[in-house]
Amino acid sequence: MSVTERPAPPSGAPSDGDASGRGAAFSSPVGGEQLQVVEPLLFASSRTGRRDVRFPSLSEAARKAAESQPEVPKHARRTATARLPEVSELDLLRHFNRLSHLNHAIDLGFYPLGSCTMKYNPKVNEWAARLPGLSESHPLDPAELSQGSLELQWLLAELLREISGMAAVSLQPAAGAQGELSGLLMTRAYHRSRGEGEQRTKVLVPDSSHGTNAATASMVGYQTVTIRSNERGGIDLGALREALGPDTAALMITNPSTLGIFEDQIDQVVAAVHQVGAIAYMDGANLNAILGRFRAGDAGFDVMHFNLHKTFSTPHGGGGPGAGPVGVGERLAPFLPEPLPILVEGTDDEVRRNAWAGRNTPGARFALEEEGTRPQSIGKVRAFTGNFGMHLRAYTYIRSNGDAGLREVSDDAVLAANYLRVRLTDAYDLPYDRICKHEVVFSGRRQKRQHGVTTLDIAKAILDYRIHPPTIYFPLIVEEALMIEPTETESLETLDRFVDVMHEIADRAATDPSALKAAPTTTPVGRLDEAAAARRPDLRHDFGAAPAGSSARQEAGA
Amino acid sequence: MAYAPHTPADRDAMLAAVGVESVDDLFADIPNAVRARSFEIPPPLTEQEVRRELTRLAARNRIPEVSFLGAGAYRHLVPAAVMEVIGRSEFATAYTPYQPEVSQGTLQSIYEFQTLVCELTGMEVASASHYDGATATAEAALMACRLTRRDTVAVSSAVNPQVRRVLQTYCSGPGIRVVEVPADLGEAGSGLTPGEAAGSALDESVACLVVQQPNFFGGIEPMAELAEAAHRSGAQLVAVVEPTSLAILEAPGAYGADIVAAEGQPLGIPLSFGGPYVGLMAARMESVRQMPGRLVGATRDAAGRRGYVLTLQAREQHIRREKAASNICTNQALCALAATAYLSAVGPHGLREVAELSMVQTRHAVAALEAAGVARRRFSAPYFAEAAIQLRNAKRRHATLAEQGIVAGLPLEDAYPELGDCLLLAATELTTDDDVARLVEGLEATA
Repeated sequence: MSVTERPAPPSGAPSDGDASGRGAAFSSPVGGEQLQVVEPLLFASSRTGRRDVRFPSLSEAARKAAESQPEVPKHARRTATARLPEVSELDLLRHFNRLSHLNHAIDLGFYPLGSCTMKYNPKVNEWAARLPGLSESHPLDPAELSQGSLELQWLLAELLREISGMAAVSLQPAAGAQGELSGLLMTRAYHRSRGEGEQRTKVLVPDSSHGTNAATASMVGYQTVTIRSNERGGIDLGALREALGPDTAALMITNPSTLGIFEDQIDQVVAAVHQVGAIAYMDGANLNAILGRFRAGDAGFDVMHFNLHKTFSTPHGGGGPGAGPVGVGERLAPFLPEPLPILVEGTDDEVRRNAWAGRNTPGARFALEEEGTRPQSIGKVRAFTGNFGMHLRAYTYIRSNGDAGLREVSDDAVLAANYLRVRLTDAYDLPYDRICKHEVVFSGRRQKRQHGVTTLDIAKAILDYRIHPPTIYFPLIVEEALMIEPTETESLETLDRFVDVMHEIADRAATDPSALKAAPTTTPVGRLDEAAAARRPDLRHDFGAAPAGSSARQEAGA
Repeated sequence: MAYAPHTPADRDAMLAAVGVESVDDLFADIPNAVRARSFEIPPPLTEQEVRRELTRLAARNRIPEVSFLGAGAYRHLVPAAVMEVIGRSEFATAYTPYQPEVSQGTLQSIYEFQTLVCELTGMEVASASHYDGATATAEAALMACRLTRRDTVAVSSAVNPQVRRVLQTYCSGPGIRVVEVPADLGEAGSGLTPGEAAGSALDESVACLVVQQPNFFGGIEPMAELAEAAHRSGAQLVAVVEPTSLAILEAPGAYGADIVAAEGQPLGIPLSFGGPYVGLMAARMESVRQMPGRLVGATRDAAGRRGYVLTLQAREQHIRREKAASNICTNQALCALAATAYLSAVGPHGLREVAELSMVQTRHAVAALEAAGVARRRFSAPYFAEAAIQLRNAKRRHATLAEQGIVAGLPLEDAYPELGDCLLLAATELTTDDDVARLVEGLEATA
């Protein structure tokens, strides 16, 4: 986008320069309360010949020896250099540090983003991830050199097994959605192994489910059937029974649900699913509510996934990485992704006992399963054995908290959500007025009907209080939904301040709705034109020519 | 709980406000029949105790003194500045930028990432990241099936076996057939994917030809020829590339690649026993609506200020549910940030130096082994920074050296039974002349 295409800023408004950021400037304070900063793209500070990291020179001997080897043929050589930035280390750090200032983050303020469990991410986990003995471990090193990594993965799988009551756990999936994919691939492999692969084509999901459930079913070639919820926010058992049949492959159910409600008929749900020979899948996204209280395995679920970045405090990283281990009952164990870390010498009991006491087990030896050990395995869902860096953080977190700590995590998470539930019911509609678990879902319909203030306006208004808004417009079955998950690591003062903010916004919706429509006013940018972004996609910096090395054919396609 | 902020008085105040006696009352909705039957987790540890435990596990690993192991994950310098950037908790403890007004840091860094991936690959559009190179490749193949409305994927046997296995798993979902294009792996073979072999595997049912450049054995494939073969039958070329090699080897956009997938780990991401890494994906703009994963675009606010948002979300699961292009939600954003910081820290010259050093040191190692009469190069074709060498008792000698803290690459026997006497060697800029000497001496001594 060129300067001339840019809409003229209103008088007195800041100038942000052109697309490359050249000429960007500190703005003057607007309304006396903000200092808006636009950080130019890093390409703007690039100057030919500027360097940061340098590398050693090759020795003459190495160069000479290499000459005996065949050269890269001319036709395979790069023709146009990639325009990477040329910057100093200081400029690089300032750039990213300044960008970081434009983010809201858990470490800056309250982040009650429902369904995402934005709890405190302990710093000792980060310390552990940077231990050279772990961070420099190559995934294909001989097992003799990787005993620590393998033991850690084995121990984490043991802990997750006990936490969930499942028979076996694979740590391989890289995120919750990949855990789902693994779970449904195992489901299909199981039905096929019984000669029912062709017949079972449907996956049932409640109407409150995450979008990933339906998308995952499609990726496995299943058809999604949506089951309505009842008036209490649980799955409608009658509708479920009606939909279940010999063509059902699985039910995927999030428990507690995305409404923050525990499925109090869960035993009947699982029994009904099993009665027709289908697989019961529990989406463990909301495990933070039920540690030590409910285990999917005890309730008869065949498969569930864990989100280590939710329940087990690994940082969300601006969108990832996460980790989505998958646990299964005996029926699905043969189908788990391979390879699993296994104990090949020593006994499980002894290794666990020693590890819990902080000791090595003499003579114990771990290895990865050899390919083909379990011929019914669905295979690999990602390279190597998963997001190990997340595994070690989750292990650190579970060991830090221990049994009592993990129970308290859920107790406090549920207590905090219920506290917000009772404190906010006077100001916002509560469609399902009952005890909740880790999150509570309000509706902004009152504000919308009475004052024309939408949930989006409320969310944007919250931003001006340096609080991240709740998840909005989800679950889909709640009109103008505001899904609030406070987590267990927020103090009572923080919760009370949030209550005050939400009350103030409800008041302002009545007295000054237009101010909420204009929110946010104190953030680095205001509401952005998303329709324009989609209409004319600008997805990379325009250096003023075609991308380096692009062919004429591509340019024609542009 | 190790991180609980509440005093007993706080908890009492909250319980009173909720109107219950004890927190147990808040779990009354869990039926007795399904309450947890066990919860045998070891007791809590203090920080000093948990540090001791993690130190114990780290010490159980043995980081080799000398390593020529690559095969999809590479030992490169991770600049301190890169670790500093990704350690910023404003990046690390944020989530998906659903509220753009307070996520411009993450969003702009992704826009810069997309730009850098386009620059490296010579493509027009790059996604915000995938789990790793293997899943990016699998998603690229599924994308090609949607674009061409075909249901077979042809993949060269010289593509990394881990990647092929993940591709197989992903394709098994919607029932897409995977056919193998045999590379020339015979005695005195080139180690490359022959254009004729690709041509005979391609028919009207084939959506894409998946080829790796440089291939699993480091060999430099005839990509232009393979692209032509794919396009002749209406198939797409999915190029699986190694990002540092793109400082020297031609950009996929220039040889006609339709979709590019790559493992981004070499760009400043620690080995960390296999993850987290980052999958890169790039394509042509005309295909963008079938592209899986998040995309960030530039736009304006009401005051005309430039800002960034998640865009073209109608492809994604949270909007389209069962009709989405993929189920991907959480991605590898922080690793994408590491790659962005890395490419900015090394710049065009640094990346070229990394590629050059890696390439020359690999050649140095192979040449030294040949000169010492220890091993011979297995394939005839020119290679980049990885090469298969042939020697007697390869697996046993590899094991013996490992005991001494020297990892002589990867034995190829498991993945390629016909290469049972071969090791796959990779060097990087961290490889020293002394490392090469120790490898040669070590293998000589185990003959």
